[in-house]
Amino acid sequence: MAVTHDDVRHIAELARLGVSPERLDDLVRELNGILMHMEVLAQVDTGAGEDESPPFDRPPASTPLRADSSGPIPMLLPLESFAPSTRDGFIIVPRLASHDDPIESAP
Amino acid sequence: MSAADFPTLTADMIAARVRDGTTSPADIVRASFARARGVGAGRDQLNIILWSDENAALEEAEVLATQIAGAATGGVLSGVPIAVKDNIATLGLPTTCASKILAGYVSPYEATAVTRLREEGAIIVGKTNCDEFAMGSSTENSAYGPTRNPVDIRRVPGGSSGGSAAAVAAGIVPIALGSETGGSVRQPAAFCGIVGAKPTYGRISRYGLVAFASSLDHISAFARNVDDAALALEVMAGVDPRDSTSVDVPVPSYREQFVSRATVPQPLTGVTIGVPREYFPEQLDAGIRHYCDRALDYLRELGATVRDVSLPHTSLAIPCYYIIAPAEASSNLARFEGVRYGPRAASADGLRGMYEANRSAGFGPEVTRRVLLGTYVLSAGYYDAYYKKAQEVRKLITRDFTNVFADGVDVLFTPTTPTTAFPIGSISDPYEMYLSDIFTATANLAGVPGMSMPIGRADNLPVGGQLLADHFDEPAMFRVAYALEQALGEEAHR
Repeated sequence: MAVTHDDVRHIAELARLGVSPERLDDLVRELNGILMHMEVLAQVDTGAGEDESPPFDRPPASTPLRADSSGPIPMLLPLESFAPSTRDGFIIVPRLASHDDPIESAP
Repeated sequence: MSAADFPTLTADMIAARVRDGTTSPADIVRASFARARGVGAGRDQLNIILWSDENAALEEAEVLATQIAGAATGGVLSGVPIAVKDNIATLGLPTTCASKILAGYVSPYEATAVTRLREEGAIIVGKTNCDEFAMGSSTENSAYGPTRNPVDIRRVPGGSSGGSAAAVAAGIVPIALGSETGGSVRQPAAFCGIVGAKPTYGRISRYGLVAFASSLDHISAFARNVDDAALALEVMAGVDPRDSTSVDVPVPSYREQFVSRATVPQPLTGVTIGVPREYFPEQLDAGIRHYCDRALDYLRELGATVRDVSLPHTSLAIPCYYIIAPAEASSNLARFEGVRYGPRAASADGLRGMYEANRSAGFGPEVTRRVLLGTYVLSAGYYDAYYKKAQEVRKLITRDFTNVFADGVDVLFTPTTPTTAFPIGSISDPYEMYLSDIFTATANLAGVPGMSMPIGRADNLPVGGQLLADHFDEPAMFRVAYALEQALGEEAHR
């Protein structure tokens, strides 16, 4: 299961990490170098069904997982429907009094 | 107390002197800072201490002096200066995990472990350098540069809690806090020739420890001798409502047994020491093997029964650990995006672009590598093959320990590390560095208590012997360690 350049780009997106093209080659090589040593685990007989841990300590039979998507953060309502003003995906709010502005905060 | 005396004083001695009024807490704090300056603990020399405030520590010392004067008895750590790893929350001093992404962050609360030490009279004198977010085995991955080993400044002090280990080894403090995820206290303790002890998982609250891999993280302690290490763990141990993984099991005295057994000729009569053959591979460094054999001879002379045992899944610990730990780290470190913590990029393309810019600028190469590795092993198509499998193997490793302890073994003895401290910059391959934890990661995966203690010097570099015990059996571990320490005497350091 060798990691490809596309894999690294994809997981970097999921992890919200920017990976420069210059660093990409090194990361592919390093991750493959590490994962190569993990392959030994596949050979281990872990005796499926022999869970001796107490019932409250066992993971659910199937863990619900969300899709590996790096798309926009899902919101119940679109941002524009409740934000008075937005720019580049950010909500614009009035300046707070604690943000010192020598002109506006002068008595 | 002369300046020359200070580095030789144990925490127990300092607290006794402060309680009986022989020395003031302020004198102790001044001596600690003077020692730090004397050995060159700052950034441009040994690079042990990242953050400190002498005036604030002296003010705390004055408050403590007043409290002691008005109290019938002082705390067991009265006036003891303690250094804390930079990933454990303290009030007043920054908590940055030696990472740029947390530059300037000062926690509004402190770790339960730190509170408990301070309630017994300890004074926090500094935050120590470490691998960024505790990810490393050499303290070379700090955003503030590597720490140097006080024993040999060309070499690493081990990691990730290398700054705390170096602070104790250099005589700046008698006790320092570190954190363990795969051996980050025992390994640097071995490299620096001091004692490092990790409790059972759940024994000491993790509240206030910045999470790296929550199922493996432990707050742990360094000291110059076994008694002080036991003292530190005893004070910090106990259930905490702020950490749901802390366990409500009564904490026995770890030290009482030392007093009653100190004069017995064979204090380990009736104790069985297991020697797992997987920890003594053919290629083990000859010097390390020699000093382990010598320690085992002493344990026999002390009355212990020593027998060979097997922990058959030991070789799987590193692959297993380096799947589970990065997986948990990729989730825990998702919170660091430059919004709630740390500096923010001046300009970025939208919300997502801002996250990426902040995280890419804030995390160093090793943290980036582990977050990517963790994200990969948790991603669709690889989850079962890597993460789920590693969790199953973790159970086998835990069962290895359960089996030997059920079979009559009280304590296991092994080398702490496969080599002595290596030169700074000598290991560039990530997996080769990960192998530094080969004898220590098993205890984190299984959650059993473990410690490293000095047992000799090979080519003038400290060698650590590791003791591992069953869950919540820290008393057995400390009992054996104390007896061995008394038997070795000065031989532990030569």
